[in-house]
Amino acid sequence: MTTIVKIALRNLVRYRRRSLLTASLIAIGVMAVIVFGASAGAFRSLIVGQMTDAMLGHLQVHQRGYVASIDNLPLTMLLSPAEVAVVERALRDRPEVEAYSRRLKFSGMFSNYTETTAIRLNGVNPEEELRTIPLLASRIRQGAGTLHPGEILIPELLASGMGVAPGDTVVIVATNREGSVNAAQLVVSGVLGSVTGPGGRDGYVHIDDATSLLRMDEPEISEIAVRLREFDRLNESAGAIRRALEEGRAAGAIGPTEVHTWEGLSPFYNIAVMIDLLAASATLGLIALVLISVMNVMLMSVYERVREIGTIAAMGTMPRTILGMFIVEGLLLGLLGVLIGDAVAAGAILAINAVGPTFDFGRETGLVLAPRLDLWQMLTVSGVVLLVAVAGTVQPAFKASRMDPVEALRHG
Amino acid sequence: MRVIVAERLTKTYSRGGVSVDALKDVSFTIDRASLVTFIGPSGSGKTTLLNLLGALDRPTHGRMVVAGTEVGSLDPRAAALFRGGTIGFIFQEFNLIPVLTAYENVEYPLLLIQRVEAAERRRRVRALLEAVGLADQQDRYPDNLSGGQKQRIAVARALVTNPQLVLADEPTANLDLANASTVIDTMRRMRDTLGTTFVFSTHDPRVVSEVEHVFRLEDGRLVGQETQAGVAR
Repeated sequence: MTTIVKIALRNLVRYRRRSLLTASLIAIGVMAVIVFGASAGAFRSLIVGQMTDAMLGHLQVHQRGYVASIDNLPLTMLLSPAEVAVVERALRDRPEVEAYSRRLKFSGMFSNYTETTAIRLNGVNPEEELRTIPLLASRIRQGAGTLHPGEILIPELLASGMGVAPGDTVVIVATNREGSVNAAQLVVSGVLGSVTGPGGRDGYVHIDDATSLLRMDEPEISEIAVRLREFDRLNESAGAIRRALEEGRAAGAIGPTEVHTWEGLSPFYNIAVMIDLLAASATLGLIALVLISVMNVMLMSVYERVREIGTIAAMGTMPRTILGMFIVEGLLLGLLGVLIGDAVAAGAILAINAVGPTFDFGRETGLVLAPRLDLWQMLTVSGVVLLVAVAGTVQPAFKASRMDPVEALRHG
Repeated sequence: MRVIVAERLTKTYSRGGVSVDALKDVSFTIDRASLVTFIGPSGSGKTTLLNLLGALDRPTHGRMVVAGTEVGSLDPRAAALFRGGTIGFIFQEFNLIPVLTAYENVEYPLLLIQRVEAAERRRRVRALLEAVGLADQQDRYPDNLSGGQKQRIAVARALVTNPQLVLADEPTANLDLANASTVIDTMRRMRDTLGTTFVFSTHDPRVVSEVEHVFRLEDGRLVGQETQAGVAR
């Protein structure tokens, strides 16, 4: 094997310009896929992080059918206190659940005494909410951002549109499930920056205020947002929570519920899928590039060495040895490209992180792109490229190994 | 003891729908440790005959036994094994592997064909490089060797597996007189010391005068054979 590797290496050096050109082509492809993958992954994680950590939570539990009607924020599809207790028990039993927040969501009218407009509100316990979506605090653009009873956090579009600032008193008017109208005076404690997606223009009140405004004896809950310790185990955790709630339903402790991950709640999921598709397309492009360039260079190599192949075949070299010689050559060519590509990609990712480029997404500005050097992704891309390099060599190598020595020796 | 027995060998090629007889009814025998040449004009069938003897090709008709093996009936894999174990080849254009040094070229058949262990390989390669007078050139690549040196390396490569038969197609065609004589002398010496049989084709009258047995081919037929008196064995 050492001799075959030695011969293959020397043949690559023998045609050094061509080998370098092909290896460079592979390296550029590898680098492009790794850097694009890392950047796209960083972008995806950043936006998903914004969605989940500043608004949605990683997953949410609702009464079944609630999400389909979420635009109306129906008060007829709430989880009763008893049902909430069952859900809370199920969540507390799951070690992967880091925090959860009960939300009572409703729509109402927002008045600054001179103008009135519609508003969507989340009645929350601020401690629970901050543990579940820790980036909520970073959305406070103005004001102290506290959420004691009697206070309200309003979305910045509403604040600017209605000319309301922290410290102002506003009135919220809401209709409860029975059709009874109620109103409350609240003090604006902060202005919230928007997050792209549903709920990005929602305001927050204390859950006690929401309960009283909707004339409830005890808070009923529209949704329970959940934060997991390990985001990578999102679907597994959602499945486990679903099963636990199904057991509760079978026992008659709770009505039908639904558990949605952020993917089912945010339109950004479609963009995330597009990003994944783009990354896959880039990988496919790389595969085509490697396949064509390696096959081309190896076909040339076989054609140029016909007499050499005839000589070793005449001497009694077995076809599998000849096959091995060319496959190892293709593999080494791929390896050279991969090593250069990996090194350049690592350098490029470090450079991007050093520069720290920023970008805007929707109303989010100044997001810093920080691609991560993912060793697993690097190994996967490298492995795929090496496999494709070998695949690209198989046909030329097979051709060489099956060559008739008499014809090959006659070759000029 | 006969190393080659050829009986009524015929090789017919079909080219563009036309059959061409490259060899017709050729019969001969060659003894062990002979130095034999086939001569004849271009197209007389010399190379075709060497290809048949070397199990590189199969006769259309006839029987051929080389070193006790009926080579005409070998399948490609068996033919490759047979060549690797029994026959050495020397080519007109030397055909050394350009990315291997002189030493590595000689070592190649032991390493990648016969899989001989390292110490034995070293011993045999060094002995042959000494024998062809190129031990001091062992680290040079073929591009840095003269034509004569390349052919002597090719002779060493052909002999390193201790073959019973060495086939050489026009081995001196690209060499000047001095180098051609050196190569023929080397072959003769190897024949004398190792008992190897050398069969080669040539046009070269300088070479013909130096071998004991000459077969003459014309239009694919064996038209004469002679044993030259006065050529030292």
